[in-house]
Order: sequence, then C-alpha cells, then structure tokens
Amino acid sequence: MSSTFEVVAKVISETSEIPLEQITPESHTIDDLGIDSLDFLDIVFALDKKFGIKIPLEAWTEEVNQGRASVDDYFILKNLCARIDELVAAKTA
Amino acid sequence: MRLEYFEMIDRVDLFDAERGHIETTSVVPAADESPVFEGHFPSYPIVPGVLLLETMNHNAGWLIMGLNKRTRMPFFVGSRKLKVRKFVTPGQILKGQADLVHEGSGFAVTRGQLRIGNDLIAEAEMTMMIMDFPSARFKAELEARALKIGMVTAVGA
Repeated sequence: MSSTFEVVAKVISETSEIPLEQITPESHTIDDLGIDSLDFLDIVFALDKKFGIKIPLEAWTEEVNQGRASVDDYFILKNLCARIDELVAAKTA
Repeated sequence: MRLEYFEMIDRVDLFDAERGHIETTSVVPAADESPVFEGHFPSYPIVPGVLLLETMNHNAGWLIMGLNKRTRMPFFVGSRKLKVRKFVTPGQILKGQADLVHEGSGFAVTRGQLRIGNDLIAEAEMTMMIMDFPSARFKAELEARALKIGMVTAVGA
C-alpha cells in the first residue's frame, strides 16, 4: 500500500508535470515546486477524489490570512500529508 | 441568448439538486440580431467556440448557485477536455446540461454538454471558484437574471 506522501507526490507530478524525483517530503509546493493557486486547485480535486475526503481549503486559507497558521503548515508536503492523514482518520472514525 | 451581453441562458428547464444536474435552453439569435455575427463571420455567421464554452460555464454556474441557494457566486477558473464538435449557426436552439462532478472546499468541478437535437455540439469539464458576491448590487443583478430565466421557479426563492 502506498504511503500518503507517495500518493500526493504522484498526484502533484501528474497534475503539474513536475518530475517525481524532484518532489520530497520537505518540498514547499509554492516556493520549491512553483505550483500556483489554480494548479493547487487541480491537485486538491485529485486528492479529494483519491482519499475520499474534502480538504478544507477555505478554512486553511482563512487560518493563514488571520495569522492562526502559517503557510508552511499546509504547503510543505510532509505537513500536507499529515493533514490528509487526519482527515482520512476523521472520516473513518 | 444575447451574446454581446453574455446572457447565454434563456430558460432553466430542469434543476435536480439531488443529482446535481441542470438542463437549460438557449436560442441563438438571428444573424442580424447580434453584432457578434458582424465579425464572426460577416459572410458565414457561426457562434464563436469561446461563447459555447461560456454557455456551458453559465450552465455550471447556475447549477452551483441552485445547489447553494444563490448564497455564493461561482467564477470560472479553468476547463479540461473541451471539445467543440459542430458549428452553431443563428436561430438554432441549444439544449444545455451540467452535472456536478465534485464539490470541494471553495471550488467545484462540473461537466457540461450542449446539444442540438440529438447531436452533441460541445462538451467540457469546468472548475469554478466559489466566492462571496462582490457586492449587494451584483447579487441583485444576478437575482433578477435568475428570476428571468426561471431559476427561482426551478429552485425556489
């Protein structure tokens, strides 16, 4: 079974045409991978479908805008994967 | 349709919230009724492909607004798998439909089609960002349009 990171990396690679080997758990989707907000929507769409979840993009954006979270909390891949694991766990709980 | 005013949908024929589905009718104006045909093209009037995409985009928009009871506004941000299969000429009647593919957080993905009779004319998958209305006036203008095309009747006030 693939890890969350492997699935996310594959989705990013396929959606944004970034070579898989360039994507690491430490990669920042904006600063390192150059993914813009519209590409990120496509990625979220694919991840929602893959994991059967609804990534709360609006709530995350609000948290960042209000200073209650940093961009890194969601856009560094290892952190994004941890959030996804939480959402999957909440769904199956 | 009033192409130059981007009034692409004339009538909502069916809205089904449970299925996430909408069906509409759009009557293409006569050649001498729209300045679009003065340029596209003077001797061979056909509806520009981008306006067919715009029509599918409006169908998707009304679908989403029907689902959210017109509390927020969808804006078109991208399309995939766009195909325009046949020319559309003045006076033809387009039957449109849109289906919800995915409802995300602050965005939605829809699939749209346009038909004339049994012929598939155009299709696309469209992504819409769903945002607050930019102003009360904007919302009022949209409510007026919803009333005119039967969206209020289809969904409820």
